[in-house]
Amino acid sequence: MSAAEEKADRENARNAWALSAPALVILLLAAAGPLLIILVYSFLLPGKYGNVEWGFSFDAWRGILVTKDIFDGTYQLADAHLTIFWRSVKLSILTTVFTFVVGFPTAWFIATRSPRWRAILLFLITIPFWTNLLIRTFAINQIIRNEGLFNTLMIKLGLIDQPIVIIYTDFAVFLGMTYVYLPLMVLPLFAAIDRFDMRLLEAGYDLYASRLQVLRRIILPIVKPGIIAGSILVFIPSLGAYVTPRILGGGRNMMIGNFIELQFGQGRNWPLGAALSVTLLVVVMVALLVYVRFANRDSGHG
Amino acid sequence: MTDDAIIDVVEVSKGFGSADARVIALDAVSATIRRNEFFTLLGPSGCGKTTLLRLIAGFELPDSGEIRLDGEEIGHLPPHKRPVNTVFQSYALFPHMTVAENIGFGLLMQGRPAGEIRETVGRMLTLVRMTEMADRKTNQISGGQQQRVALARALAPQPKVLLLDEPLSALDYKLRKEMQIELKRLQHETGITFIFVTHDQEEALTMSDRIAVMSNGKIRQIGTPRDIYTHPVNRFVADFIGETNFLKVRLANGVANLAGGAQVDIGAGGRDGEVTLAVRPEHVRIGPAGAPNSIAATVRNSVYFGTDSHIYMDLADGTEVVARIGTDAGGSAGPEIGAAVGLSFAAGAVQVLED
Repeated sequence: MSAAEEKADRENARNAWALSAPALVILLLAAAGPLLIILVYSFLLPGKYGNVEWGFSFDAWRGILVTKDIFDGTYQLADAHLTIFWRSVKLSILTTVFTFVVGFPTAWFIATRSPRWRAILLFLITIPFWTNLLIRTFAINQIIRNEGLFNTLMIKLGLIDQPIVIIYTDFAVFLGMTYVYLPLMVLPLFAAIDRFDMRLLEAGYDLYASRLQVLRRIILPIVKPGIIAGSILVFIPSLGAYVTPRILGGGRNMMIGNFIELQFGQGRNWPLGAALSVTLLVVVMVALLVYVRFANRDSGHG
Repeated sequence: MTDDAIIDVVEVSKGFGSADARVIALDAVSATIRRNEFFTLLGPSGCGKTTLLRLIAGFELPDSGEIRLDGEEIGHLPPHKRPVNTVFQSYALFPHMTVAENIGFGLLMQGRPAGEIRETVGRMLTLVRMTEMADRKTNQISGGQQQRVALARALAPQPKVLLLDEPLSALDYKLRKEMQIELKRLQHETGITFIFVTHDQEEALTMSDRIAVMSNGKIRQIGTPRDIYTHPVNRFVADFIGETNFLKVRLANGVANLAGGAQVDIGAGGRDGEVTLAVRPEHVRIGPAGAPNSIAATVRNSVYFGTDSHIYMDLADGTEVVARIGTDAGGSAGPEIGAAVGLSFAAGAVQVLED
């Protein structure tokens, strides 16, 4: 390589760095920066009126799992916190499973229509994104509350005497999240099913597989990348959901997102909020790693 | 080959589309396929050959008629309840499984014990010479190898009948020739009845025990390759299988009177009147003009093919006749363009067509 070429190479590399600098700066400032601040805050002391006081402490981290009794100063397991964690994980898993159960037939149906119908149906799937999440969630509230559309209709039809209490229950949160995140499951599933070679179905039936066996042995293993993508897209935002549990779950049925917000607001315990945020991040990352690992291992021996 | 039937197709009809725009794919087709034979469905695309195969496999259900396997009506069973397997045109191998898993899939679905599956898969891998590839994924092997895996997968459950839907059409010429021989070998070694669909007449002639020539949803003729080549029953079959000269003649007492006044004795009695004669190019003899009982013709063109030459000639009434003459050792080019010649036909080479 000549000296001139070397110089050109170095210049190219320098240009590449220069060109990607804006993106790198934004990433550093907007993503890594705040995360770092949150991490630092989780090791500080809470300020009296919010904010933090500079003084190193593990209190926030301890506070995730245990609470200090204000009378005798002993530490006890924080039942309330654990209930919130458990509700978040449970509702997120339920939402993921249920959006899959509903989304898979939907995606299959769309993928097997004519191209014109497919375009129309996919368009319909994306329509909810046009309206703000908050407004959509309030709309659900209007439908399921005790004096709402659903209960009024059921009572008018004489099917029930008393309104069925749905609003401000875990079920209401689950219902809302399923509605909100269903498109995120349907779209990747559709993409995977669209690539699926339908002729493999005939090959399966021809080789003595029943419809159920074709589903289990041929369809599901082949569209698995879509299932994984859809599950991740639904599970992660579910775990951190804030608006839905706030509006449909009321004050009592909090999820992690609401609990974190509470610490930064009324709770005036920023370090605890920061520690909870980092915990949520780690839980999501571990869940992702386990899931991807599990999915990859399995695909080798479908 | 024994003569007992394994598959009986009885008056089967099948149409597609809505009631007002119905396309008839099969029109009251009947055929008997014998045990252990290599039976070919041959015809141009859209003739109904693939539909007939799919009806036997169970991917389509007949509108009317019966399909019997070993005397039992199977026409309305789903595919997974029929002891027949298919080699698909696209192979349709399962991309998430290895070669060995593909081959073992049918056995697994039949609920055979693991030991038996392993043993059979091993035998099938040897049969199609793919033992070294057993653990490859199907996208890591070549087209010809995929073809062999598809064959092994369909043969592994030991079906009573193997259905092959244009399995060689995706292969290049050389590989296709190899696979034709391979298929014959497999059929011979396994003793399974093969029903083979193709639009390639050469493939059909070289591989089949018997051929059914189809067009427009009907079987036009069933017979051995020799039968069909030498005694085509109608113009479609004669035209589709190999090259043929057609001559419009008046038949009277076994003698054909051509437009130019020449007479040809065709021996076998046909019905008197206007008929069409079929003569293969290799049975056309070219002699000197004016020879007794010959037909006057003029040479229009001559094409040299190495092993033989094709001589294109016009009769007095404008009918085109092609002759194929073998190249002799001296390398003579045959008659010159524009020469007047007299044509005659080899004895027994002239076929009277039904229509």
